[in-house]
Amino acid sequence: MSEAILRAESLTKRFGGLTAVSEVTLELHVGQVHAVIGPNGAGKSTLTNLLSGDLPPSAGVIHYLDEAQVRHNLAGMKSDRIARLGIGRSYQKTNIFLPFTAFENCRLAAQSRLPRAWRIFRGADRYADVNAIAERSLQAAGLSERSEMPAAALSHGEQRQLEIAMCLETQPRVLLLDEPLAGMGPQESQRIIELIRQLTPAHAIMLIEHDMDAVFAVAHCLTVMVNGEVIESGAPAEIRASLKVQQAYLGDAHGGFNG
Amino acid sequence: MRTKRAVLLPLVLLTLLLAVFPLVGETFYIQLLTKVMIMAIFAMSLDLLVGYTGLVSLGHAAFYGLAGYVLARVAPQYEPASLWTTLPLAMAACAAFALLTGLLVLRTSGVYFIMVTLAFAQMLFFVFHDTPIGGGSDGIYIYAKPLVKIGETTLLDLEDRSVFFWFVLGLMAVVYLFLRRVLDSNFGRALVGIKTNEHRLQALGFPTFRYKLASYMLSGTLAGLAGYLAAAQFGFVNPEILGWHTSGGVLMMVILGGMGSVHGAALGAFAFILLQEVLSNQSWFGAVAKHWQLAMGLFIIGVALLLPRGLMGLMGVAGYFTGKAKSVDE
Repeated sequence: MSEAILRAESLTKRFGGLTAVSEVTLELHVGQVHAVIGPNGAGKSTLTNLLSGDLPPSAGVIHYLDEAQVRHNLAGMKSDRIARLGIGRSYQKTNIFLPFTAFENCRLAAQSRLPRAWRIFRGADRYADVNAIAERSLQAAGLSERSEMPAAALSHGEQRQLEIAMCLETQPRVLLLDEPLAGMGPQESQRIIELIRQLTPAHAIMLIEHDMDAVFAVAHCLTVMVNGEVIESGAPAEIRASLKVQQAYLGDAHGGFNG
Repeated sequence: MRTKRAVLLPLVLLTLLLAVFPLVGETFYIQLLTKVMIMAIFAMSLDLLVGYTGLVSLGHAAFYGLAGYVLARVAPQYEPASLWTTLPLAMAACAAFALLTGLLVLRTSGVYFIMVTLAFAQMLFFVFHDTPIGGGSDGIYIYAKPLVKIGETTLLDLEDRSVFFWFVLGLMAVVYLFLRRVLDSNFGRALVGIKTNEHRLQALGFPTFRYKLASYMLSGTLAGLAGYLAAAQFGFVNPEILGWHTSGGVLMMVILGGMGSVHGAALGAFAFILLQEVLSNQSWFGAVAKHWQLAMGLFIIGVALLLPRGLMGLMGVAGYFTGKAKSVDE
């Protein structure tokens, strides 16, 4: 296996007395989907926030190998810097610019990667290349028809697709997807699963998801978290066979957990 | 520039009307309108911060007053100062003050930002109030208006009230067009993104702190232009121009006119000051005129309740970003 593009070592996040993420070690590789599963409150979203810089870790390091094969430690770095290094994310709760049109959401995202942010005298709509990127990604997300609509007027599924489209426009190498299927209908879900498959060869993807069918359909590797700790990590077949996982996680299904 | 036609036409007409006013108007009204236009520049500068970047400042008078004091301090006692040196110096002082304070205040947001900007402005107020550098509570007189000369030729005689009026009108138009341009650029779009959802913008890779600092400095520098003009017009500076009444007044103009609209802010300045003149006019309202602030308060409450987008809401213009080809404010 090639060297990991991102490797978190002993990553820990404490909120006062609560340890939300405890000594988590995890690797992401280009061409692979690494799914992180676990019951609600297991620390999956907190883990995503640590990797994206939305929260600073209390301890641990995050090694990242950038495009030029330069090594960075992302722990404690600010989120905008991490994003520019090539780590894109979507949020569990849709996070877009609601009053802007779908097009402007995408245009703004495309703008983030161009070295012209400080040109203050040229109209933002007059960059043909940026407009083209924005239009292409709207099309890829199936939102061409909705281009001029305020994002707030889009359906839940469309908003989620828009967010992923925006994230892709920043040309990330690592994608952190926090429950991309939450609240989606079967057709929309299928569309996202298909999109994840398409993106896999060129990206390292971390997928947090409760939909086990989807997880086992796309994941090359799974990490199971319970109460902030990793209890098992391995190939899908190993996870299915793991007694620990069955006891701690799947076992809960009989007790009412609807994973 | 993609200003909507519907807005462009009235703006051009109003500007033309203003331009001919000194030919027909009385001295008092020429001076009043000059003051209004200076406040319009001040209000537009604050709108960049409040209406577009989402940072509500209650300390904008710091820049306005600082620029006035710079002019008062560097001008020779009884002779006119050169505009070419004093105006850039006053604006540069404001930019420097914005840089220094911005590095601190921009670490806060919301209510805390309001508090900290207010605190810095009050500190400056007391520096000029309680130390000899600003002449204490009496302030400093500026006996002559700045000179606009090239060599020995006087380009503009600012002592002439009509020329001063046109000079301020021209600068107001320049500031307006400049802000429209800036707000429609990538930089301006990023500022509106910060106002709308800063967290998301950061996750997309925008270094939002730097954008906010640039906006804060630009806003402070333009407020300095207004403060310089005001000091030149009135011929004196005192600590009042740095006080929180000044900051509150300009904030009210922005809210009254409509946050997030450059001409809205200017309109707010016109409405606020002219209404104040009308309501406090004793020959029209007699004894009630003394209580003009009561009527003004009722008017502002009315606008706040009925027109959430300020007076601009009256024009029935559509919301932001109704289309990609339209500019940020319309």
